[in-house]
Amino acid sequence: MCGIVGLFLKDRSLEGRLGELLSEMLVTMTDRGPDSAGIAIYGSGDAGKVKLTVQSATPETDFVGLEGALEAELGSKVSVSVRDTHAVVTVDAGLADAARAAIAAVRPNLRMMSVGETIEIYKETGLPKDVVARFGVSAMTGSHGIGHTRMATESAVTTLGAHPFSTGSDQCLVHNGSLSNHNNLRRELIKAGMGFATQNDSEVAAAYLTAEMNKGANLGEALDHAIGDLDGFFTFVVGTKSGFGVLRDPIACKPAVMAETDQYVAFGSEYRALVNLPGIENARVWEPEPATVYFWDHEQAA
Amino acid sequence: MPTFDLSTQTLRDLNSALHSIDAGKNDLAFEVVNPRGSHAVAVGIDQPVSVDVKGSVGYYCAGMNDGGTVTVHGSAGPGVAENMMSGTVVVEGDASQYAGATGRGGLLVIKGNAASRCGISMKGIDIVVHGNIGHMSAFMAQSGHLVVLGDAGDALGDSLYEAKLFVRGTVKSLGADCIEKELRPEHIAKLAELLDKAGVTDVKPEEFKRYGSARKLYNFNIDNADAY
Repeated sequence: MCGIVGLFLKDRSLEGRLGELLSEMLVTMTDRGPDSAGIAIYGSGDAGKVKLTVQSATPETDFVGLEGALEAELGSKVSVSVRDTHAVVTVDAGLADAARAAIAAVRPNLRMMSVGETIEIYKETGLPKDVVARFGVSAMTGSHGIGHTRMATESAVTTLGAHPFSTGSDQCLVHNGSLSNHNNLRRELIKAGMGFATQNDSEVAAAYLTAEMNKGANLGEALDHAIGDLDGFFTFVVGTKSGFGVLRDPIACKPAVMAETDQYVAFGSEYRALVNLPGIENARVWEPEPATVYFWDHEQAA
Repeated sequence: MPTFDLSTQTLRDLNSALHSIDAGKNDLAFEVVNPRGSHAVAVGIDQPVSVDVKGSVGYYCAGMNDGGTVTVHGSAGPGVAENMMSGTVVVEGDASQYAGATGRGGLLVIKGNAASRCGISMKGIDIVVHGNIGHMSAFMAQSGHLVVLGDAGDALGDSLYEAKLFVRGTVKSLGADCIEKELRPEHIAKLAELLDKAGVTDVKPEEFKRYGSARKLYNFNIDNADAY
């Protein structure tokens, strides 16, 4: 069992409340997943910049002097913004790969949570209410976000085993379920050049979608391919820079409820997660069909 | 009329009150407001009470109901009226997966759609769904009636025993050992009775097709191994 929440805003006037609404949804899902919690927020990005979110087990030492060390390594302006155990490193867009290498060189113990123009991922072990409080998620703003409360079944309860998983620029995935062909698929994806940080089955699903999108598929097409290639139980909610997708396996044991109004599209593992959203009384509420791809895109809508 | 507000009172308050109805008491109409997707609302009723739930509920609403009348003025999460013994449960909106699972008696009416596994392992319950039902519905259903005014999803009635299934719309596919059967006068009479009980007035029993068990998989027979 795990809990998933997601919110994709259509009405920009709600962007200031994204973190607040998502936090509330996430905490409601605590009893589906008290092990760990995480959130991916698609916030504002600066033009020409890329953000790398990193996590440290020892933030009190790792983040000290990180900005200067990275600037020396990269020979370019770097800004570092620390939130508890995580820090967002912002560099010029062309320097994403160089910054990744620089971080590995100057602070080899840092773990990469996400890379992208707008995405930031925060995740830790512990109760969802504690996790959202330590990162100040309630005050975050953005266009869409995805959260997860984890009850671990397939791998250890660690920060890296928490969701969301990000395996490509501005991409993330959360998963409720368990995959049965993840080992084989991981081997194939490694051969195809993908890297993995964990032994977690959900990371394989994330990497699979990234690999499909690297081949030119859009999010909807990548999810469509996943129906045939992923074996097991899953409800996925995935995010890209402008998109938001949902997919359930053909058996569809893992719960899912969606709500749509003129202002937003929302996802919850249970209806309870949605009850505080504005206008939920008049929202179209439905259960997503099995083996059916749902996705929304800001750029396509615009 | 006792009213419970689940935004200020606990679920335990409500369910304990429903479980401690004194003999001879005649104020038996309960109202529940602000359910906000709560789980296990009005489970384990064993008295002829009526409960009106004003909003949507989560898992297992009206589970094990024995003689009560529960109406959900909203939608229901997974397992509504699971293992009902007798009484009536009405869902004005949609129901999630395994509605009426393992039910032994009573009537479950879903006015919207039901998701997958509706009536799984039903053992005597009658279920009337005004809309559609999802895949694997009536899996291993043993007795009772499932009446669907809309369409049925994949694998309807897989490994069916003696439950009778009536579908007015299309069936995406039939499960193992489930076949279409003749709609005889006694079935038309039963359908008319169930539609009447469920408040359906604009649909004729003759519009339905009946599905039942081919009875090849009751006991393991090596000649039928391919059919599983």
